[in-house]
Amino acid sequence: MSEKTATKKAAATKAAAKSTPASVTATTTAPEPASAPAVRLDVRKTYKLFIGGAFPRSESGRSYQVTSADGAFLANAALASRKDARDAVAKARAAFSGWSGATAFLRGQILYRVAEMLEGRRGQFVAEIRSVEGLSEAKARAQVDAAIDRLVWYAGWTDKIGQIRSTANPVSGPFWNVSSPEPTGVVALFAPERPALLGLISVLAPAIATGNTAVLVAPDSAALPAISLAEVLATSDLPGGVVNILTGKASELGKPLAEHLDVDALDLAGIADLEFATTLEQAAAENLKRVLRPSAAPVDWTEAPGTRRLTAFLETKTVWHPVGS
Amino acid sequence: MGIFDYAPAPESRAVVDIKPSYGLFIGGEFVPATGGAFKSVNPATEEVLAEIGQASAADVDRAVAAARQAYGAVWSRMPGSERAKYLFRIARIIQERSRELAVLESIDNGKPIRETRDVDVPLVAAHFFHYAGWADKLEFAGYGAQPRPLGVAAQVIPWNFPLLMLAWKIAPALACGNTVVLKPAETTPLTALLFAEICRQAELPAGVVNIITGAGETGAALVAHPGVDKVAFTGSTAVGRAIARTVAGTNKKLTLELGGKAANIVFDDAPIDQAVEGVIDSIFFNQGQVCCAGSRLLVQESIQDELLDALRRRMGTLRLGDPLDKNTDVGAINSAEQLARITELTAAGEAEGAERWSPACELPAQGFWFAPTIFTNVSATHRIAREEIFGPVLSVLTFRTPDEAIAKANNTPYGLSAGVWTEKGSRILSMAKRLRAGVVWANTFNKFDPSSPFGGYKESGYGREGGLHGLEAYLDV
Repeated sequence: MSEKTATKKAAATKAAAKSTPASVTATTTAPEPASAPAVRLDVRKTYKLFIGGAFPRSESGRSYQVTSADGAFLANAALASRKDARDAVAKARAAFSGWSGATAFLRGQILYRVAEMLEGRRGQFVAEIRSVEGLSEAKARAQVDAAIDRLVWYAGWTDKIGQIRSTANPVSGPFWNVSSPEPTGVVALFAPERPALLGLISVLAPAIATGNTAVLVAPDSAALPAISLAEVLATSDLPGGVVNILTGKASELGKPLAEHLDVDALDLAGIADLEFATTLEQAAAENLKRVLRPSAAPVDWTEAPGTRRLTAFLETKTVWHPVGS
Repeated sequence: MGIFDYAPAPESRAVVDIKPSYGLFIGGEFVPATGGAFKSVNPATEEVLAEIGQASAADVDRAVAAARQAYGAVWSRMPGSERAKYLFRIARIIQERSRELAVLESIDNGKPIRETRDVDVPLVAAHFFHYAGWADKLEFAGYGAQPRPLGVAAQVIPWNFPLLMLAWKIAPALACGNTVVLKPAETTPLTALLFAEICRQAELPAGVVNIITGAGETGAALVAHPGVDKVAFTGSTAVGRAIARTVAGTNKKLTLELGGKAANIVFDDAPIDQAVEGVIDSIFFNQGQVCCAGSRLLVQESIQDELLDALRRRMGTLRLGDPLDKNTDVGAINSAEQLARITELTAAGEAEGAERWSPACELPAQGFWFAPTIFTNVSATHRIAREEIFGPVLSVLTFRTPDEAIAKANNTPYGLSAGVWTEKGSRILSMAKRLRAGVVWANTFNKFDPSSPFGGYKESGYGREGGLHGLEAYLDV
């Protein structure tokens, strides 16, 4: 470990210690007995992928170095391959029937549970965001708070979006006719690079709130909060496969996901290169994926999101039945 | 035909006045096309009806410019209540000229007058009437206090419901404050051109509606034009895919209503006679040239024989022939090209081992005709079970359990519509929930209404047309 890394890590842990979470205080220094070494050696975390509720390494065996905002080594993260992406799609597809069939109330409770678990780990996420984004503690804390609050907001939407998007249609004839929304299916999400955690939550929560299942591509620089988020999801009663998280390069994972015939929709929020986004949108046309284009102008992710990301991955089903005696 | 024969009962053609040639409708005027001309043919007789202008890229430019001018100077500034009144006016003129429109549609498209008169044209008027009322009520639609229009809409429509598809496109676009450039299908331009005249009768401001005629290249130039803000297309999945690629990376909003291969599922407790009528409607309405046609009949194994016997009997009473005859049930296929596709796919059905049956049915010597046909012993892998035939051809498959019915029904890249026939309410609801399709008709089929959203899942496209949901396609939301 370089000196710089050690300093950085110490700063991060100090920040984390202030906020008291038990999970990170393990690494803080305590008064040592005379015979013990002066500094306890950290137990580092291995950052792997999150696929089908499990934490596998990349099938490719590849990893990459995650560095802090000032370039210091933080961790080795799994570099997801196109085959990992395919595995993730298969798991997301398998989870779709159960998740889309779950009651909206249950989905809401689980999303709220995710927020609860995130709240319990605030210190860890603040520390990770500080190291990854090089933010002040106050700014990192504000981001984590915003991410948690956004989850709570979306948790409350699960059983309301159907009401605001449903209609009883007054057709000219003796028919009962009702339209209501259903989830699109498997959605591939490309999270924005910054803000790391709020960006992940902002694209993920609306997609799964409505009953879709997701393959979330976390930017390589956001691996720490992304995989810590996976740990939160794994302990929040979220069924395995509903969310699958791949750390790696959108430039590598973009095409296989955009071309994948079992992916129903794309959120390109994190594709900053608009030419590449166009390539992905063109590839998505093969099976008429629903595509949420990236914004050409910078996005303020702290702004109230509205319902756009909720409705982007919904289909409207209209059912007719004759009325008679 | 048994003891009593039907006497001919033709609707008079005298009500329509087809000109020898037509130009393009741009900026409120009929102007000559600069890309040449093509002919529109009566598919029932192969008679040439008129010469139609082929819009060139320069014509597309002019039409988009006219729409942009009308958008900026007039239509986007007009209060919604005034836009509404124009649309109500159009709806009324369509009602007043409904017979003329119905006859012209039958002549140009080949569909029976019974359908154009009783289904297409009334729905067209109803659609304009419905969206007219939305024009000054958009703030109540749930898209914010002042939802904005998009600008110029490029709309490309198919030949199977020429005027109805025009209404589905133009009415919501105008109600929301957009102006349009619409291209009707190459083989069915006449009612769109008559609609242009109706716009003039309604004194709709010049350039709000522009109609350009032409084939695929004209449509491609229109959707690719940098001056359009919105693209709406109804037609084949192959063309829809190409359009999605074209608009990728632009700011154009896109809605697509594409192909289908709908399952029509009949359970053993269904009322057989009603189900048979439903199956007839689902596949022989408009000669089966319907994207939401119930082209795969899934019948529960235990009633297969009973249902198919009844279906064959009923098919034997279908009257095929002159589209203008008021007794005609099955009209002409829209074009030689479409007839060739149906012929090719049905030949593949036989070659792959399915059993073909048609009632004794004399086909007229002139024109494009195809007898109502069913295939039994169809397996899920046959082309006739997978590909959209777009003709009066039904593929029959069987199932034993609801789970099997769902698995088979959803085993298609399409997801436009589906049908369920059963007397059991809870089963209807569970089937409706599990079918991955945008429209589910339970104990009915092929019903349409301006207030009822229509559109598909999966490769049947995206976006909805009709009702409140249909506004979203034409608003900046």
